[in-house]
Amino acid sequence: MTPLIGTPERPLRAAIIGAGPTGFYTADHLLRNARVVEVDLFDRLPTPYGLVRLGVAPDHQKIKFVTNVFDKVAATPRFRFYGGVEFGKDITLADLKAHYHQIVYCTGAQTDRRMGIPGEDLSGSHPATEFVAWYNGHPDYRDCTFDLTQERVAVIGVGNVAVDVVRILCRTAEELATTDITDYALEALRKSRVKEVYLLGRRGPAQAAFTNPEVKELGELADADVTARPEEVELDPLSRAAVERSQDRATQKKVEILKAYARRQPTGKSRRLTLRFLVSPVELIADGAGGVAALRLVRNELYATSTGALQPRATGHFENLPVGLVFRSVGYRGVPLPGVPFNESWGVILNDKGRVLDSDTKQPIVGEYAAGWIKRGPTGVIGTNKPDAAETVECMFEDLASGAVLEPAHPEAAAAEALVRQRQPNYFSYADWLKLDAIETERGRAQGRPRLKFTSIDEMLAALGR
Amino acid sequence: MNIANILARKGSMAVTVRPEQSIRDALALLDRHNIGALVAVEGDRPVGILSERDIVREAAHNEKFFARVVADLMTRDVITGQPHDDLLSVAHTMTERRIRHLPVVDQGRLIGMVSIGDVVKAQRDHYQGEVDTLQTQLLADEGGPAR
Ligand SMILES: Cc1cc2nc3c(=O)[nH]c(=O)nc-3n(C[C@H](O)[C@H](O)[C@H](O)COP(=O)(O)OP(=O)(O)OC[C@H]3O[C@@H](n4cnc5c(N)ncnc54)[C@H](O)[C@@H]3O)c2cc1C
Ligand SMILES: NC(=O)c1ccc[n+]([C@@H]2O[C@H](COP(=O)([O-])OP(=O)(O)OC[C@H]3O[C@@H](n4cnc5c(N)ncnc54)[C@H](OP(=O)(O)O)[C@@H]3O)[C@@H](O)[C@H]2O)c1
Repeated sequence: MTPLIGTPERPLRAAIIGAGPTGFYTADHLLRNARVVEVDLFDRLPTPYGLVRLGVAPDHQKIKFVTNVFDKVAATPRFRFYGGVEFGKDITLADLKAHYHQIVYCTGAQTDRRMGIPGEDLSGSHPATEFVAWYNGHPDYRDCTFDLTQERVAVIGVGNVAVDVVRILCRTAEELATTDITDYALEALRKSRVKEVYLLGRRGPAQAAFTNPEVKELGELADADVTARPEEVELDPLSRAAVERSQDRATQKKVEILKAYARRQPTGKSRRLTLRFLVSPVELIADGAGGVAALRLVRNELYATSTGALQPRATGHFENLPVGLVFRSVGYRGVPLPGVPFNESWGVILNDKGRVLDSDTKQPIVGEYAAGWIKRGPTGVIGTNKPDAAETVECMFEDLASGAVLEPAHPEAAAAEALVRQRQPNYFSYADWLKLDAIETERGRAQGRPRLKFTSIDEMLAALGR
Repeated sequence: MNIANILARKGSMAVTVRPEQSIRDALALLDRHNIGALVAVEGDRPVGILSERDIVREAAHNEKFFARVVADLMTRDVITGQPHDDLLSVAHTMTERRIRHLPVVDQGRLIGMVSIGDVVKAQRDHYQGEVDTLQTQLLADEGGPAR
């Protein structure tokens, strides 16, 4: 009989792909178990934390403190970080199967959902995902350009990401200069001529996905007036009944905030942000040079589905909203990983409670798991990934108990390290990252900013003297 | 949060029967998949729902219930959900109308099923996520300023 896995003599070796919040929560749950587990955490980027570094808005520094907790996880002796190592490129599924008992995919949602309307790909139309990755310094997006000479901008969608985008567009350069926004974005936004910003919701105020603290913040911008149309924030009878029935305080409060915005008078600030509801873009109209001239909007009304959910339905009323720049913030989407079954309907890895399923048999595949956004889709805040990761890790230990783990030929930490070294000699360890982190913070301090990010791999290598 | 978020991490499709199948078949399916209800379908289209309760109700007064067919016992007036239905509305409707299993359809085609347990769990995880975010922040503060 083979000796038990999960003991000091024979630790359970787990590979986690993706060092966002989910990767760290998963590592934490694994490392806290009574079983002896060794975790190798891989990320295609040299820097850890996923969207906490590259998604969370630069003017929301406080939430970024959560990385302290992730650093504590990384300080565990049985934890290793392999930054700059991409699954599917630098290492393959076959490599991992030869070195680990279990593999967990925590790769998040790396792209945007398409809207499927004409004109979506005009040059002045961008997914919010790209803008966010650009201002936050994601190495893959640092060369993106956005035409901020446009005076009128529309952001489609009313989730918290859309709110981030309009807030960054409406902030003054002075407000941004105290954040860790990248230098190039700060310069571009300093020169911005944006005056009118529209945030467009397809349903009513009661159905808006943004949360109250986020929408409240829009009313406190230094140099942008916020407004809404009284007739659009007034609840229709269906929404009113739903809100009363559910007694949902948060939604009631949200509607109050929006109604108060509709009553505000302009105070002469340089920018104006208008929150619109019950309108759907049906087309982006071209300006003759490949750019955007306007958004064609249809007015919606709400109807109740059989479960009582309120959904939008187009009326026959259209309007053209002249805008030269459009950000589509209608949600993120997961991308398939080579060799890993994918559920196209929801843009996630095909899974049951985190166990990856075979596409044909729909039965669990031994040794492969998913957690976080790539498991349940792109919703939820940082902490939502903790119970989500816990559920996956529970499956992992259940399977370990029943003997359903991979049988790697080289289950030694040194063998895995040798493999990584061979495939990606320039990989980044956690110690490397902590050095980069210290340099970034130091560079920031000189300018009164939380940090000044490195935005290219070459810069990072150079900073480490490689 | 909507129904799609539940279906995404629930690999199993809804387990289906045809209305003309026997209750014996249905029981075997419920047992094999360890579930509480089956969706009766004609092609891709749900036409009824058969829960363990429907069977128990029949068994209580009919010794020969095994011989009956699904169509005799199933509930025909099925309420179905759609992937983009908000969970708050879904939870309300399911409790109000005492529905434990909601077949999910997309353009008339059955694509899955959510139970009241799934809905409650999703809502609990949602609130738990907010709490866990705060907890992570608190733990982080103990560690001093952000790096
Ligand atoms: C713009 C934006 C702002 C947000 N702001 C907040 C906020 O203020 N507060 C809050 O609580 N939540 C916020 N969220 C939500 C929060 O960021 C997510 O819940 C969380 O980041 C999801 O975690 P994850 O680990 O599943 O995915 P991610 O954070 O996306 O991490 C995935 C990681 O996997 C890596 N990866 C991907 N593919 C590969 C591969 N092939 N090989 C190796 N590595 C790979 C990526 O590089 C990345 O580091 C925000 C989300 C967005 C999009
Ligand atoms: N500060 C924070 O805490 C923070 C910041 C950023 C992100 N996050 C979290 O990260 C997650 C992702 O955020 P997100 O904003 O990308 O997603 P989201 O909350 O799901 O919002 C997506 C928005 O796009 C709309 N939409 C979708 N398809 C559309 C279409 N075809 N036409 C018009 N509108 C469309 C949705 O409207 P419908 O509702 O009508 O579908 C919704 O308003 C969320 O859970 C969010 O809370 C949190």
